[in-house]
Amino acid sequence: MDLITEITIFVLAAFVGFEVISKVPTTLHTPLMSQTNAIHGIVMLGGLIVVGFADDTLEKTIGLIAIAFGTINIVGGFMVTDRMLGMFRRKPKPPAEPDAGASREG
Amino acid sequence: MRLALAAFSPSSDFVGACYILAFSLFIYGVSQGTHPTTARRGNLIAAAGMAVAVAITLSLDVIDNGILIVLGILIGTLVGGVASRRVQMTQMPQMVALYNGVGGGAAALISWAEFRHQLDLGGDIPLDVLIPVLFSLVVGSVSFWGSNIAFAKLQELISGRPIRFPGQHIINGILLVGILVGCIVLAASHDSQPSQALFIGVLIAAAVLGNLFVLPIGGADMPVVISLLNAFTGLAAAAAGFALDNVALIVAGTLVGSSGTILTLEMSRAMNRSVGNLLFAGFGAVATGPAAGGEERPVHSIGAQDAAIKLGYADSVVFVPGYGMAVAQAQHAVKELANELERHGVRVSYAIHPVAGRMPGHMNVLLAEADVPYEQLREMDEINPEMPQTDVAVVIGANDVTNPAAKDDPSSPIAGMPIIEVTQAHEVIVIKRSLSPGFAGIDNDLFYRDNTSMLFSDAKQAAAEIAAEVQEL
Repeated sequence: MDLITEITIFVLAAFVGFEVISKVPTTLHTPLMSQTNAIHGIVMLGGLIVVGFADDTLEKTIGLIAIAFGTINIVGGFMVTDRMLGMFRRKPKPPAEPDAGASREG
Repeated sequence: MRLALAAFSPSSDFVGACYILAFSLFIYGVSQGTHPTTARRGNLIAAAGMAVAVAITLSLDVIDNGILIVLGILIGTLVGGVASRRVQMTQMPQMVALYNGVGGGAAALISWAEFRHQLDLGGDIPLDVLIPVLFSLVVGSVSFWGSNIAFAKLQELISGRPIRFPGQHIINGILLVGILVGCIVLAASHDSQPSQALFIGVLIAAAVLGNLFVLPIGGADMPVVISLLNAFTGLAAAAAGFALDNVALIVAGTLVGSSGTILTLEMSRAMNRSVGNLLFAGFGAVATGPAAGGEERPVHSIGAQDAAIKLGYADSVVFVPGYGMAVAQAQHAVKELANELERHGVRVSYAIHPVAGRMPGHMNVLLAEADVPYEQLREMDEINPEMPQTDVAVVIGANDVTNPAAKDDPSSPIAGMPIIEVTQAHEVIVIKRSLSPGFAGIDNDLFYRDNTSMLFSDAKQAAAEIAAEVQEL
């Protein structure tokens, strides 16, 4: 792929990103952020590629750490976002016992 | 990058198509984040996109050293999985800071590996590879170390106060210039074995800069720092995509870069300060300024019973929570109080200032965890026009974001900062341990107003006591 194509993709992606993300309400900005954490875990693909051509211990170590870091982002990011979004309830519950809230698994 | 591309050969169109599918799912998933009911599904859709991207990359011919890959994925899954289950909602800012950091660190490491790989190939590195490699190296490294400092501050491993020393800006300036010069020298020698020692030097300088750049920023400004580092990590990932010729990385990284940029601008707007001022001046500079600890002024102090009477017989009550409420773990007690009030026919809502927590939207998550329904979480711009019709505003653990000086006193350090206009409500109850000032270190005129009552107590205890009294009404 040539550089100009890549820059075109970059610029268009930036506009799409601004458009899509400015529609996310303030209320959901924390889950948005942990979700983008998961999405930048895509660097893990870079780790997969560099570990393929790694030919000494240093490069292998670098690749291993990059893969582990990227996977932490992906797994942790998507899971914690799911957990958080599961907490946002739509309708008020019917009046609960005073302790009902505290006994919820958190 | 040429090598990776050549190796795709037979199935390269298929791989490309899979990457397009993956980033389409990312964008679609994020676009579902406009409402909590759709956002959860959107998150799963984005995760599916990631699964596609990882699976197709694993099928490439360039993939080798399978044991290392399995090991890396295993470690990452274990750490990420356990952390995401264990983390408390109050600790989300730390967790996001750490995730920004590991993402940036991964991008920097990948650039280093790619640089070494290019040296092995003969040392004639095309500029369209070397420049993104250098960008990803510097920005990723700054993000990694800066995020670690942000984490340490939020986790209170080090003081949340601004840490400053003389000549800080000069040292940062020298580091920045040094990094730029190093990059230019490397780029100039791109076709004749650029020096790896200099490359590592740039990496180290960027690491030091990352540390020094976050150290002087105070705890209250962390929402901006986290958002900015989020953008940095996204851009570092996008740059790695340019270097490795990988569309999925470019689009996903750019998406994150946009998101972080929007949040950074929004946070600085909510504090009425420019991003530059937040990063380079630090609130510490004005924090010990005027007004704090001035003359004794009379306040109107009440107990739980009086508060219960005011609240129980009101038509509408607005709670204004601040980070102090989260620190006291009072969300659940406040929600119980709200339940009790609703049983008495009181309309309850929550006014959320954009910087009420330690990261954008943090307070909403804390209240959602306490089962506060989404509809009752109201943004500042939405609730302020309703304040004059509100019977009682209850300020819990919030301070600066309710300070009328931001509107009335042009000489105040927080002048112009948008606030929740509680003084417009008929009555205000402030639940607070003492009259001590907030993060900005300035006195809050709200406490001394005629229609303000102070309830000096721990937030959790006070909410529980008032709820018990309301029950008796």
